[in-house]
Amino acid sequence: MKILGSEITPYKTYLNRRKFIKGSLASAMLATVTSSAFANHESDPSIYSKNLNENDKLNSYEEITTYNNFYEFGTHKKHPHLNSGNFKPRPWTIKIDGLVKKPQTFDLEKILSNVTIEDRVYRLRCVEAWSMVIPWQGFQLSELIKMAEPLSSAKYVQFVTVFRPEEMPGQQKRTIIWPYREGLRMDEAMNPLTILATGLYGHEMPNQNGAPIRLVVPWKYGFKSIKSIVEIRFLDTQPETSWETLAPWEYGFYANVNPNVNHPRWSQGTERRIGEFKRRETLMFNGYEKEVAHLYKDLDLTKFY
Amino acid sequence: MFSTRNFNRSKPVLFILILFPSLLWAYQFVTGNLGVNPIEKLMDELGLMALRLIIITLMITTLSNIKPLKSIVVLRRMIGLFAFYYVCLHFSTYIVLDHFLDMQFIIQDIIKRPFITFGFISFLFLIPLASTSTNNMIKRLGFKLWKKIHYLIYPVAILASMHFYVLVRADKTEPVIYMGIIILLLLHRIFKRLTRPQLAQ
Repeated sequence: MKILGSEITPYKTYLNRRKFIKGSLASAMLATVTSSAFANHESDPSIYSKNLNENDKLNSYEEITTYNNFYEFGTHKKHPHLNSGNFKPRPWTIKIDGLVKKPQTFDLEKILSNVTIEDRVYRLRCVEAWSMVIPWQGFQLSELIKMAEPLSSAKYVQFVTVFRPEEMPGQQKRTIIWPYREGLRMDEAMNPLTILATGLYGHEMPNQNGAPIRLVVPWKYGFKSIKSIVEIRFLDTQPETSWETLAPWEYGFYANVNPNVNHPRWSQGTERRIGEFKRRETLMFNGYEKEVAHLYKDLDLTKFY
Repeated sequence: MFSTRNFNRSKPVLFILILFPSLLWAYQFVTGNLGVNPIEKLMDELGLMALRLIIITLMITTLSNIKPLKSIVVLRRMIGLFAFYYVCLHFSTYIVLDHFLDMQFIIQDIIKRPFITFGFISFLFLIPLASTSTNNMIKRLGFKLWKKIHYLIYPVAILASMHFYVLVRADKTEPVIYMGIIILLLLHRIFKRLTRPQLAQ
């Protein structure tokens, strides 16, 4: 399936739709985004090239949207694409609770009117030893955390995926304990690389990729980047996460991409970049060592994998 | 209807039917029609086919205990050899396409990762089975020894299904079904031995 430019919502329309909702308040800020976002579209991927490393090439829209893990829609990697048609990502709210000044529920539109949407081209490394390069649109998680006003006692952030078995057929079966949960340490959550993504290739986040809003933590294995988030909780203790609960000997809380820490099922030393024939070496922290290595300087990564 | 002759007659058709998927996948692989991650897809399909054929050979033996279906056993060798054929393709996809003959890496992989260890031992055990499959070999070894060698199919089947079971991350329904079938078929053999020991000879 080839997505033609005319078949998808151009990013400009997307932004304008939001601009309409936002009113004039954010228009000044939007102007800068819109001007650069005009060509922000699959038909002209060159727009993203400034964000690309010379060794990386963008994966196609088709690759990104037809091959991924989202067990809420089934365990096979084609299932999210095939089974997510009935999912309704709008309207959407995110509940903020735990150690915050005031627990509250945000309308997604309200959140979006307070943030700057930007392009982020990131490598995504799955724990199953395949990887992609994806042009996301989103905003830094730190912006939302500031809106949430966590107390100083909050040391961790927990995320929860929506539970709608009638729209997400994978949830009708107890493959994992629903709803899916993930978590980050506060400093990981505040890192500028960590984003909440609301789009890819310049249009709204497809259902199968975690509509309408998902986490993207590019230096960690893909399962940390929780999709379709409905709740964010601030805690003083390390939260339980879904895969760690299911198989703690395989998946840790940190789940940093690390070619030197072995996984019982997949060597993490190499990976297959989707679209490439030969495997390539996996990079420490998925190539984001400069940006994040300092977060773990006092941590034994073989123990806290 | 279920005579030896009829089973023998069906062999050419079966041959083509069982061979066909491998040709189709090879064609789809070469023409880029095996999806987004074609090497993984090819390896999965070949492996699953091999496991299913191994289970079918066990079923044939069980079915041949039913009097009218006695002659079905003439199909067993061909299907067994096809299982070996698919295992070989599965294994060479892993060696050549997945890891580009990086032997150091592959050896580490086989030693360190239990699921690959299971699969590899299963493959090794199949070699003596395949290489003693001719009538001539049965004669040379004598039926008793030949039969003993071919009991290796039990660890082959168990290891192959464990190979699949460990590989699956969360929804283990399919591998559990295969394991269940294998266990039932083995239980039937044990039951038969205990109740009618003379038949086991």
